[in-house]
Amino acid sequence: MSEIFGTPELDRRTLLRRAAAVGLLATPAVGMLSACVGSGGSDDDQADKPQGEVSSTNPLGVDPNTPVEIVIFNGGLGTKYASDVDTPSYNKLFPNSKVNQTNTEEIATVVQPRFTAGNPPDMINNSGSKLMDQGALVQAGQVQDLTDLFAAPSVDIEGKTVKDTLIPGTVEQGTFNNKPYVLNYAFTVFGLWYSGKLFSDNGWTAPTTWADFTALLDKMKAKGITPYGYAGANASYYQYLVILTSAAKIGGPDILKNIDNLEDGAWQSDAVKQAAKAWGEIGAKYSNKAFLGLKHTEVQLQHDQYKVGFYPSGSWLENEQAKDTPDGFDYQVMPVPSVTTADKMPATAIYAAAGEQYFVASKGKNPRGGMEYLRHMLSKAGAKGFTELTKVLTVVAGATEGEDISPGLTSGNKMLSAAGSDYFSYRFDTWYKKLDDEARAATNELMFQGGTADKFCARMQKVADAVKADDSIEKFTR
Amino acid sequence: MKHGRYPFIIGFLIVPVAIYVTFVVAAYVQAFQLSFTDWRGFSPNVNYIGFDNFVKLFHDDTFWKAIRHHLVLLIFLPLFTIVLALFFSFLLNVGGGSKGGKTRGVWGSKFYRVVFFFPQLLALALVAVIFARVYSPDDSGLINGLLNQFGAGPVLFLADGKLALWSILAVLVWQGVGFYVVLFSAGMGSIPTEIYEAAALDGATRGVLFFRVTLPLLWNTLQVAWVYLGIAAFDAFALVNVMSVDRGGPDGATTVLGLEIFRNAFDYAQFGYASAMGVVLFFLTISFAALTMRVTRRDAIEM
Repeated sequence: MSEIFGTPELDRRTLLRRAAAVGLLATPAVGMLSACVGSGGSDDDQADKPQGEVSSTNPLGVDPNTPVEIVIFNGGLGTKYASDVDTPSYNKLFPNSKVNQTNTEEIATVVQPRFTAGNPPDMINNSGSKLMDQGALVQAGQVQDLTDLFAAPSVDIEGKTVKDTLIPGTVEQGTFNNKPYVLNYAFTVFGLWYSGKLFSDNGWTAPTTWADFTALLDKMKAKGITPYGYAGANASYYQYLVILTSAAKIGGPDILKNIDNLEDGAWQSDAVKQAAKAWGEIGAKYSNKAFLGLKHTEVQLQHDQYKVGFYPSGSWLENEQAKDTPDGFDYQVMPVPSVTTADKMPATAIYAAAGEQYFVASKGKNPRGGMEYLRHMLSKAGAKGFTELTKVLTVVAGATEGEDISPGLTSGNKMLSAAGSDYFSYRFDTWYKKLDDEARAATNELMFQGGTADKFCARMQKVADAVKADDSIEKFTR
Repeated sequence: MKHGRYPFIIGFLIVPVAIYVTFVVAAYVQAFQLSFTDWRGFSPNVNYIGFDNFVKLFHDDTFWKAIRHHLVLLIFLPLFTIVLALFFSFLLNVGGGSKGGKTRGVWGSKFYRVVFFFPQLLALALVAVIFARVYSPDDSGLINGLLNQFGAGPVLFLADGKLALWSILAVLVWQGVGFYVVLFSAGMGSIPTEIYEAAALDGATRGVLFFRVTLPLLWNTLQVAWVYLGIAAFDAFALVNVMSVDRGGPDGATTVLGLEIFRNAFDYAQFGYASAMGVVLFFLTISFAALTMRVTRRDAIEM
């Protein structure tokens, strides 16, 4: 999910560089990267022990004189939140522990060779289009267990542990086989985005039932607007997120849990089938087949030009489109409408999840320092500074209460509080990248290429079964 | 004198050979080594699993899809490119008939020669980005923008599974033709004009000149072109990666081995499996080159 935080420009450049490099060196490239396999990294246990004195201001036992090295992804979120907010906070407690910050647009290129060589940086922001496979990192024993961090007291919220200050579900989102390894720091809500101006000009209101939804789409069509669209060329995962959101609303969040856990027949449950059928009809009737060949930036631009009615996306959308949005567009978001009247979850239920991964290397020089750095990111001041600089909410609950935010974020917040505890998410897309790729292709087929719900479910189930049967892929459960 | 020769040669070669061995040979050797492991790219230690990767490869539908696409490219990329390039270079060199005992190209051939070479000067990635715009399905696309003016509806060049690979093939041909025009022109330039004269005296038409004189005397050059283009057909990664829907789509309709290697290595972190694909690609390319050399071997004509 974090890929979208990269600015479009960056994406294109990365793509070009990739193309050039790999086009030349298809086979040797793999070998090159691995040039240092077996060359270092003795399995000594320098790691997980407090190295300094444990006290109330130093609950993790950081050695105050050891420097800490961090690597930050330089994408849509920028890197200032680390250098201007979190590092000063860390250095206030540990003035003699120098924070060495590296910023990069290509995390894997910079960091992965250092893992194979056995001298990784301490804290890494694993994000962007060149992020490393987090599951594989955990599988290789390279990731520090963050249990101590979440149990430590918060930096500036009195009397609470770090875990207590977070939006429920945050720790679970970064858990691999019952141990918290990853901090997902940014909190994102997903829904269908529309222009408040377009709606108020036409006297339309956000629908909650399927009948109202299709009636509104008809009205949009009559006005010459493409009622619904997503970008098939590179962003079909926004759409399968919507389909699975509908499935979860129809059949309850366990539908997604079963999919994540690779349960037999999880993709062929009635809820998934019903959701796929409903959305396949929307694709056939209310979208434009040409969108299959468009990139997310192109469709989002059309959305900004009032040519597309609804666009499925996460709450980063407003910030991403800031420079293309006309004045008064007024980004608004609504939950995916209920497909049936007998849905198990209410119409307000939404997909919401913590994203943007941060983890500590277990075999680095200063893992405790890396964890301490995360503790400062999770302070109230750290979270507030992050949202101010990036317009993205964090998992620290209520850190920006009373702050003046943009219309889209306000709308997203409203949707989140209306949902109450009825929000859910899935993990399979990051656990099993292969399943993610198949879902993208299957979704495009369903929405644009005359696919059917049965076909969608069948092909997803087939690949899920193949992943399950493949011993080389580590399995995760939740 | 002779004693000093080897140190002299070695002195010159040692640096390039060392660089070649480090960055090409060693990398290849390691790809072979990794293809027998389940290495996922994050651990210094590797675990050998024998031929498991190759067995898995054999049952992988996407892999066979990619191979099929390479076959299509292997047949049609050299065919289209060479036919077009031959036609153009014949026009540029001989097509204008002969005058004063010298063969000439058609009018303005010097200018065309430069124009044909332009695409070769652009980086492949740029070509891909440009043609993604040309093929774009909405009004901003060069072709569809025009078609929409006449209400002819969008043609989904890259989004239609039946058209996508051919659309990409067309770009490969467009990009390649210029180089082969120059290559063939050079070849034709080295054909002695007396032969053309003699043939012309015997009343040969342009068609006969082409098939009976030019083509046989160009055979070696053609052969080289065929091998180059064949190897290019085993690549195609850059264009597919940048242009295609969903990287290799829609639904795998344009995927190639290079892309699958990239995807498995860097997206799925299956470096062992990706290396196995690399090894297969290595053997495919080599056997193609060897085969072509053997099949097309003919005695060079002494001139």
